[in-house]
Amino acid sequence: MISRKPFYAVVALLFLAGLALSLYRHFTFEVPWLPGEQRQVWSIEAKVEFEATGRPVKASLAIPGTQQGFTLLNEAAASPGYGLSFLERNGGTRAEWTIRRAAGPQELYYRVEMMADPHAEAPVPLQAPVIAPHTNQEPYATAIRQVLNRALERSADGFSLTRELIRELDSQQQNAELLAQYQDKPRLLVEMLNRAGIAARVVKGLELEDGRRRQSLIDLLQVFDDDRVEIIDPETGHPGQRDNLLLWERHSSPVLDLVGGVNSRVTFSMIRQQLPVNVALEQKFEDSNLLNFSIHSLPLEEQALFKGILLIPIGVLVVVLMRILVGLKTSGTFMPVLIAMAFIQTSLATGLIGFLLIVSMGLVIRSWLSHLNLLLVARISAVIIMVIGIISLFSVLAFKLGLTEGLKITFFPMIILSWTIERMSLLWEEEGAKEVLTQGGGSLLVAVLAYLAMNNDLIRHLTFNFLGLQLVVMAAVLLLGNYTGYRLLELRRFQPLARED
Amino acid sequence: MGFWSRPKFTRPRVLSDKGIMGMNRRNIDYIGRYNPRRLYPLVDDKLQTKRIALACGVTVPDLIGTISQQHQVRHLAEMVQEWPGFCIKPAKGSGGKGITVIVRHDRTGYTKPSGAQETIDDLERHVSNILAGLYSLGGKPDVALIEALINFDDSFEGYSFEGVPDTRVIVFKGFPVMAMMRLSTDASDGKANLHQGAVGVGIDIGSGRAIRAVQFDQPVDHHPDTGRQLSELQVPDWETLLQLSASCYEMSGLGYLGTDMVLDKLRGPMLLELNARPGLAIQTANGAGLLPRLRRIEALDSQRMSVAQRVDYAREHFSIAS
Ligand SMILES: Nc1ncnc2c1ncn2[C@@H]1O[C@H](COP(=O)(O)OP(=O)(O)O)[C@@H](O)[C@H]1O
Ligand SMILES: [Mg+2]
Repeated sequence: MISRKPFYAVVALLFLAGLALSLYRHFTFEVPWLPGEQRQVWSIEAKVEFEATGRPVKASLAIPGTQQGFTLLNEAAASPGYGLSFLERNGGTRAEWTIRRAAGPQELYYRVEMMADPHAEAPVPLQAPVIAPHTNQEPYATAIRQVLNRALERSADGFSLTRELIRELDSQQQNAELLAQYQDKPRLLVEMLNRAGIAARVVKGLELEDGRRRQSLIDLLQVFDDDRVEIIDPETGHPGQRDNLLLWERHSSPVLDLVGGVNSRVTFSMIRQQLPVNVALEQKFEDSNLLNFSIHSLPLEEQALFKGILLIPIGVLVVVLMRILVGLKTSGTFMPVLIAMAFIQTSLATGLIGFLLIVSMGLVIRSWLSHLNLLLVARISAVIIMVIGIISLFSVLAFKLGLTEGLKITFFPMIILSWTIERMSLLWEEEGAKEVLTQGGGSLLVAVLAYLAMNNDLIRHLTFNFLGLQLVVMAAVLLLGNYTGYRLLELRRFQPLARED
Repeated sequence: MGFWSRPKFTRPRVLSDKGIMGMNRRNIDYIGRYNPRRLYPLVDDKLQTKRIALACGVTVPDLIGTISQQHQVRHLAEMVQEWPGFCIKPAKGSGGKGITVIVRHDRTGYTKPSGAQETIDDLERHVSNILAGLYSLGGKPDVALIEALINFDDSFEGYSFEGVPDTRVIVFKGFPVMAMMRLSTDASDGKANLHQGAVGVGIDIGSGRAIRAVQFDQPVDHHPDTGRQLSELQVPDWETLLQLSASCYEMSGLGYLGTDMVLDKLRGPMLLELNARPGLAIQTANGAGLLPRLRRIEALDSQRMSVAQRVDYAREHFSIAS
């Protein structure tokens, strides 16, 4: 007796490899297990307006990058006549427009698509700014000391200190008013934090809300304490980065640097789109194609083709299950899979009606053909032409009656249908209508089951997105090929044997 | 549990306790293991089976002729002229498909066992279909065999309706392990294939006497057409028949084999065909499972045993009528 060990090892290997590939895709590329998941993608447009003074113009706009909570999908800038470049400057990216000569009102546009993405992280970790020494003049120095001391007493770390400072400025009216003349609140807070040895800076954020126009950036505090960083709203003291808050500028640089223009203004408008997760992810991982070995890297047309092809193993698995575990008889081993694929194109009800119509009409005409005493090849050919005739007839009829659904009947594999008709009609002559019904019914039942499996959203999603599952299906088929137990229908067939004694 | 307690199904446990073999086990553990693929053509092609049988001195029905080309079809009438009755079958057919038995013919036409008349045109068309591969596996082109009619032994009178009864013996590693007589009925149209409605009668390996009978997997006591009490059936010449079956092992090289034997009035037991994938209905007809017997032989060292020794062993151990 041959050892079965290598066989099980291969099955286990296939299974584990398939599982590992799928897990890898899930965790590295964030492909969700369930279908229908959508990602929010924000389309944000920054509009720079200014009056050009007739001299060379250089406008440099801070632009956002991938950051915690958001992944940059793509960006574009438009402005006729201007030269454009994207450059890095002290950690942040900027879009820089230049033109030799411009006069009058100017409009520059920058558009970015940001995907809300819980897994996103900034590509380079944030660097805390250096703490600058500050010397203050009276009376501000005293006011600052008073506020800071009160807050220091009631705080434990940089973040609680920030919150306490904001609260003190709210409650110590006099000092607050005085200090407001000295500096605006965010920068004042940074200065006070620096005095307490806490690194902090002012960053610019954009509150995202669907369909908003002419929005401007808001000031936010970025406070560093040890390794931790927190974004704190200088007005309310609320910590945390909300999921609709995009950090536009994160390196304390000016949002807009303009040479050769006056009266500048930057405004933002935004819309929210829901993108299916795979489209969004495809854009996200566009550059890492080598690693991201998936169907998604193919052109769209081939993808659509593959979507169908990848489902065939599922249909085949259903056939294997039905034959090995249940023991259903089908006419033509994998004919049900082909019928099921036709059902996918036509929808189930249309497909079933169409199939039954074609086959039953075919059987009637075929019974007439059998009197003609033709050779088999000629007869099958005649049946094929006849099937095409029936299909055309039904299509035209359906169209005239306004049943556009009926047109889908052309999706049926005609050669397969012709063979089915031929086999069925022989079966009828040889073994009677009953056998035709059992085998035809069995095939149709398996076809419908295969259709249900292949048309299931979850299964479509999984097979298309997790190629590794093909290996798992393979392992399952191999295992089933090794199943020596009883088939479900055998339990009925041999039931008379169990009855006696 | 509700599902299993329905009277139409039984539990897998009950079947495995009785040693009933299922289709999956047959395919994997027996056919897959004991029947080398390269030997299949010997049994899947009835012409080749005949050839090796003749070479080994096993009696087979006379071959009137073969038709392998479309243009030869016209000669059919001429070919069978001298023979009182004949049988047309596809060389690569199975399960009784494409077999037409003609019991007599005259100028008016050809008569089937049921009395139905066929014209020469019907028969020629039938032969054309066989040549085109209608009945062969995968639709491959085939050859039509024209065989002399078997005149079945008088002792089966009343047991079979309009057809030749045949005896199926499962031969495992050369041991006849289980046997069944297949009696044609009105439903099976002169052929003795069970799923076409023939009656299967389990035959005791020890004595050659009937054990019980089934039709369409359900127990029956009397032949549905002739009304004869089936339990009285006794196969004559049982020892010869078993030896003939057992010798098919050496002849074909197949470890798990179904032999179809017929008893001719004049020529005694002869081999009709061999089967590399014999069906499982024989268990229902015998009211017993194959597995215990197969396992017994698997455990046995049978390398050196002769045909006669194997038959003796089987008659001793697989007999239930003691
Ligand atoms: N020469 C013959 N004369 C009479 N009946 C025959 C003859 N050959 C076959 N039959 C009938 O047809 C049945 C099937 O024949 P067989 O050769 O076993 O073909 P299959 O492989 O299709 O079972 C037999 O059981 C027998 O009843
Ligand atoms: Mg047979």
